[in-house]
Amino acid sequence: MHQQPENVFGRRRFLQGAAMLGLAGLAGGTLASCGSPSSSSSITFWNLFGGGDGARMIEMEQAFQQQNPASNFKAVTLAWGAPYYTKLAMSAVGGSPPNAAITHLSRLRTYAAADILEPIDLPFLAQYGVTENDFLPAVWQRAQFNGKLHSIPLDTHPFVMYYNVDVCRKAGLLDSDNNLKPLQGPEALTDAFLRAQKVTGDVGLSLEVQGTTVWRLFNGLYKQLGGDVLSPDGTQFVLNEAHAEQALNFMSNLTLKSKVANPNIDYGGSVALFGSGKAGFHWNGEWEVTTFEGTMNFNMVPFPNVFGGSQTWADSHAFIIPRGATPDQQTKAATYQFITGLLKQSFTWAKGGHIPAYLPVAESAQYKALKPQSNYASDAGVAVLDPAAWFSGAGSQFETAAQNSFEGALTGQMSVPQSLQLFHSSVQRLIDQPVPLPQSVSG
Amino acid sequence: MSDTSIQQQVIQHDVSPSLKAYPKRASRWRFDLVGWGFILPLLIAYAIFLLWPILLGLRMSFFNWSLVGSGTNDFLGFGNYAEALSDPDFWSSLWNTIVFTVISTPILVVLSLALALMVNGISRRVQWIYRLAFFAPYTLSVTVMTLIWSWMFEPGFGLLNSVLNSLGLPSVNWLTQPGVAMLSIVLVTVWWTLGFNFLLYLAGLQQISKDMYEASALDGAGWWTQVRHITVPLLNRQTLLILVLQVIASLQLFGQTYLLTSGGPAFSTRPVIEFIYDSGFTNFRVGFAAATSYLFFILILLISLGQFWFLSRQGRNS
Repeated sequence: MHQQPENVFGRRRFLQGAAMLGLAGLAGGTLASCGSPSSSSSITFWNLFGGGDGARMIEMEQAFQQQNPASNFKAVTLAWGAPYYTKLAMSAVGGSPPNAAITHLSRLRTYAAADILEPIDLPFLAQYGVTENDFLPAVWQRAQFNGKLHSIPLDTHPFVMYYNVDVCRKAGLLDSDNNLKPLQGPEALTDAFLRAQKVTGDVGLSLEVQGTTVWRLFNGLYKQLGGDVLSPDGTQFVLNEAHAEQALNFMSNLTLKSKVANPNIDYGGSVALFGSGKAGFHWNGEWEVTTFEGTMNFNMVPFPNVFGGSQTWADSHAFIIPRGATPDQQTKAATYQFITGLLKQSFTWAKGGHIPAYLPVAESAQYKALKPQSNYASDAGVAVLDPAAWFSGAGSQFETAAQNSFEGALTGQMSVPQSLQLFHSSVQRLIDQPVPLPQSVSG
Repeated sequence: MSDTSIQQQVIQHDVSPSLKAYPKRASRWRFDLVGWGFILPLLIAYAIFLLWPILLGLRMSFFNWSLVGSGTNDFLGFGNYAEALSDPDFWSSLWNTIVFTVISTPILVVLSLALALMVNGISRRVQWIYRLAFFAPYTLSVTVMTLIWSWMFEPGFGLLNSVLNSLGLPSVNWLTQPGVAMLSIVLVTVWWTLGFNFLLYLAGLQQISKDMYEASALDGAGWWTQVRHITVPLLNRQTLLILVLQVIASLQLFGQTYLLTSGGPAFSTRPVIEFIYDSGFTNFRVGFAAATSYLFFILILLISLGQFWFLSRQGRNS
């Protein structure tokens, strides 16, 4: 047909050709579906990964597809944040949820209490070679609700400390192996930031002030001193005021008293400041590791012990199975095969900075050799998630309230007590709303 | 143009029954059957998709009704209404909606009139180019429109900042600076919806008889005098229609802000409809969201009634 002279290729011939192509397509489709009678049913997977994480997730999906050619899945990437969680909840309520989805563990309790998650079938999971022993007890515990596993954790992503190796060497902060000498306590840290600042001539420490980072930092520091923000069922504000004031004072001093950090900077600005060598240290989640890789000489360590503990803020990505997502055994099998298949690709995921939750990967020599990503692997055990409440978790009203309250203490628009007062009143307002869940978030 | 002629017919129809003799009972009944037959399909759809949800929403608003859990288990009476009225976030989002309406409405009315006057003066042979150019954006869906503008507003390499920089001016944070973000929303809305008002005005202008201008020119009236004393008064009907439609459209602000800023920065562009959306869908509190919707509905109703009262008074005067 391709060799037909142009003048012969009339309308009729075109129609014939088109019809034949259509038939061939139909036949091909039928053959393909006949070729694999045992092929798993088609499943849908929702996630919220963009940028480098998105690319690595696609890499993992492709590797899974190669290992399981019969598997038939569709991955949908949605925008991160509140709209993602809205869609997820509404799809489950509306009766047409994805078969598997990614959530932050800080959101898990709300979904489980809303009764829109399917508990994980442990014996069934074991058939795919994944059991409780493959996770740290602390991580396993976070994935539970009401004594039942409700999600399969993929990673832990803690708040860590980055440092510029060149700047810190000039400031005399490195040992003979070019590693950061241990820093502990508010004085030693402030002193190190001041010395780094002398070298850069700009700031010693870069951290986002206009955003969620102030809450993440506060949560880690406050937990090091000891205490909770909310009661376990999320219905009472139980902040230890002395500890909260001590933590927030330390943060406020960094931007206003010792002035080692910029008091007025957004997320992108704080990353750019460290990336361009104008800061000796950077406090942020580990997920920016790929931004700095290959562009500068830097290293990463766990968030320092400031007040006598090594606690630091973190969250986790985890797989969930929405209510009604596995109506039959075949779909269920395909879903579990898909989730466990991706879990076993965790090494690819770890390159983006996240600590793998799956221990066979986290304890592998391959992961331990992955630097600087494996330097802070110990954080998985001491991670502090957002307090549980129906209004808390990643990208929630609670995070917004905390961020709006603490920002002022770092920019200088508010005193520390005023800022804590605002935090108290805005969280109290969230607590006072009627609870829209059928059961308590504490299970 | 069809809108205005329909409106004229409606107004004429309103006065006719009192003038006509009362029709006989049988013929009137037959007329009604035919009439009802015509509107029945629409009426059914209207009842199912509008009236019924409105009533359902009213019921919801008295309960702690959740998207994911309980419906009528927890009766709150007017609790949701009281909570909304004492919620500073409700008031600040309502304020954002009003600020947007107050800024955008005059621009959308005056600018569309100015453009219509300009285009009306152009030879009919090339007029279609302008009509097309000004109306084309109106045919875009809100998603396409915001996609175009989010590239234009892009801080690093967007068109607007590139132009400013090439003129030696500093970049503007179009969507991330409080204060500026709302003006950016007004800007995109004007670009997007101006064409509709423009067409209504242009149609109105083309209905004005040339004789008026010729007669006034003979009396020595200049261009500005003609605009002030002939064009603007004779466009009164169009202006009132545009004003009513525009105020209602502006009060319904949601898509542009949701897609461009998600209501940010720091909620400075979150309109009341997004507040309702956030409460109902993000926070699962559909009962509270229904109560808030009703409060907003009452506000729109009052504004519309005020406008209709004003409009009918104007109609009687002219």
